[in-house]
Amino acid sequence: MPSMENKPKATAAGKLPAALLGLAKHQIFIPIAALMILILFNLIADPSFFTITLDQNSAGDPVYSGYLITILDNASELAILAIGMTLVTAASGGQDISVGSAIAISGSVVLRVLCGTNSRPDTLQTPIIVAFLVCCVVAMLFGAFNGALVAFFKIQPMVATLILFTAGRSIAAWINNNELPIISDAAFGYYGNFIPGIPVPTPIFIAIACMLVIALALKFTNLGLYTQSVGINAESSRLNGINPTWVKFITYVILGLCVAVAGFIKVSRFSTINYSVVAKDIEMDAILAVALGGNALSGGKFNMSASILGAYVIQFLTTTLFKFNVVSSALPAYKAVVVILLVVLSAPIVRDKISQLWKKRTPAKTVKEAN
Amino acid sequence: MKKHIAILLVALMALSLVACAAPAPAAAPAAPAAEPAPAAAEPAAPAAEPAPAAEGPIKVGIINNDPNESGYRTANDKDMKATFTAENGYDASFAYSLKNDEQIAAAQKFIQDEVDYLLISAAGTSGWDSVLQDAQAAGIKVILFDRTIDADVSLYEASIVSDMALEGKTAVDWLATQGLSEYNVIHIQGVMGSSAQIGRTGALDEMVAANANWTLVTQQTAEWNAETAQQIVQAVIDSGKAFNVIYAENDDMAKGAVAALDKANISHGVGKDVIVMGFDCNKWALEELLAGNWNYDGQCNPFQASYIDSIIKDLEQGVAPAEKVVVMVEKGFDASTITQEDVDTYGI
Repeated sequence: MPSMENKPKATAAGKLPAALLGLAKHQIFIPIAALMILILFNLIADPSFFTITLDQNSAGDPVYSGYLITILDNASELAILAIGMTLVTAASGGQDISVGSAIAISGSVVLRVLCGTNSRPDTLQTPIIVAFLVCCVVAMLFGAFNGALVAFFKIQPMVATLILFTAGRSIAAWINNNELPIISDAAFGYYGNFIPGIPVPTPIFIAIACMLVIALALKFTNLGLYTQSVGINAESSRLNGINPTWVKFITYVILGLCVAVAGFIKVSRFSTINYSVVAKDIEMDAILAVALGGNALSGGKFNMSASILGAYVIQFLTTTLFKFNVVSSALPAYKAVVVILLVVLSAPIVRDKISQLWKKRTPAKTVKEAN
Repeated sequence: MKKHIAILLVALMALSLVACAAPAPAAAPAAPAAEPAPAAAEPAAPAAEPAPAAEGPIKVGIINNDPNESGYRTANDKDMKATFTAENGYDASFAYSLKNDEQIAAAQKFIQDEVDYLLISAAGTSGWDSVLQDAQAAGIKVILFDRTIDADVSLYEASIVSDMALEGKTAVDWLATQGLSEYNVIHIQGVMGSSAQIGRTGALDEMVAANANWTLVTQQTAEWNAETAQQIVQAVIDSGKAFNVIYAENDDMAKGAVAALDKANISHGVGKDVIVMGFDCNKWALEELLAGNWNYDGQCNPFQASYIDSIIKDLEQGVAPAEKVVVMVEKGFDASTITQEDVDTYGI
């Protein structure tokens, strides 16, 4: 009798790991798990991590503040870049390492258009929207330059984008005659900080808007299908009537657009620019976001939400390390350890191994209990 | 398809023009340097004579870092260009690079061109020995500015540098005179291992270790980045820890810190809750001081040209500089005493 009772129990217990296994197999599992671990760690170490308060800033406007807001706010640029980087990775099987330099260029363009030739204008020379549009066009042109090298000349993406990576910051400085323009008009700062009266940082709204746009594009156009099929097998996509060259090219132009938006937010945050340090190393974080999302860096299938989530995980980690006041010289080491762990866990080989192990153990358990 | 390629080629050409335009200033000085090279064979004999200064301008070859590197470097380059002019009796050629090997190649070029003086702000500290020996053999005098190198002191005439540790000490001493009962300092560091970071951190660390009422609320690197600095200060504010001093190792980071303070409605500046300190004396930063929003800004003097000029003038008279290492005078500005004149004179 007892053995009879045991049997259904065992299967029920077997179902839960199976469900977990199903989730674990899903690509988005890794960034979610990473996020959960970080949240749990912070919750145990200091529950006040999650408090959000409504305060006033020095201008007397209401603003939300707290670690979570800081994370959402500061991850915005990275999340936007992750969108473009995912597409580029999927279609061309390589990454664009010039996004940081390209942000410097687009930021510099915004300031140049707004300031004209005077680096310290009292009033804006052009409407902000014009500056933004010009910046979009320029950034997309640079994206097209990268895309052309990769798609038409079949240069390795990392090598092709190395050109702009090296030259970009000098170009950015040259655009403004190597001056540091500072914009005194408060309205320009709204896009990187707060719109008076709205307590949520503007970059969060911009990031959400970008996500909505890409979600709609993936749902209602063939963008997702085409990029993935080109990434999986360019030749057979061509035989099926897709132009792989064009698709690759387009993904770089889209990344250019993402760069323009990110660059615009970056310069708006401080209403100025520092060519050598603005968005420094952000290309590595953007690539990391794609990798954390469990996307193969060799191209092919991708999961956009996983990449975006990856971007937030990176910022969550950065803010956590700041909060725990890690010694400066050890900061990169901490980050590296976490990154190595996450990337190794998200590697397809490791995930396969883990699920195999899991499978082996679970039936063994069931058999034991049944006996 | 062909049309696409044609359009792209046009775009590429346009872009390559843009791309070329940036390194152009760096490449340009190489061209005039290449020109006199064939002519160099003839005046070789007069150059060997002891007094080349008597006739014609003094030929100087200036090797510097890329002026785009930072506001400091831009000011430094401007100062050099303004001092070593034909009116002041100089014939100056410039070479720019952030890479040591390119700088060394430029130095060899200048040696071939038989300049009288070689002025070097080295990108890296090592690898200079052989080229400096070549210079010495050719009778070219070497003066280092801004950066020191690991080479025998006999290989150069003088080295004009900033003392970063002294900059830090001046700032910390100023802070000590503010008479706070407790110093709770948020310390935002530059790129770890850079000479500016080591010097400016060292002074504060010493003071904190020596005094019980000085504590570091946090000590982290923002790598000269305003945004990272903002995040660091934001993290401290969110944690609710009390602080009354921000010690940022450059102006950009101080600006980032202030942005976080403004967001949290924490008052800063002269007579306010938080003392804000920065370094480098950017013009906009000194204006913040003038407006009373910040309290202190330490100078990192980029104006070495006048020092070099006087050393060269002395050497031409046969007077060697009294000391090999010349430390420049560097000021620290207090918001309560700064004037518009200071902003105009010392702002970079």
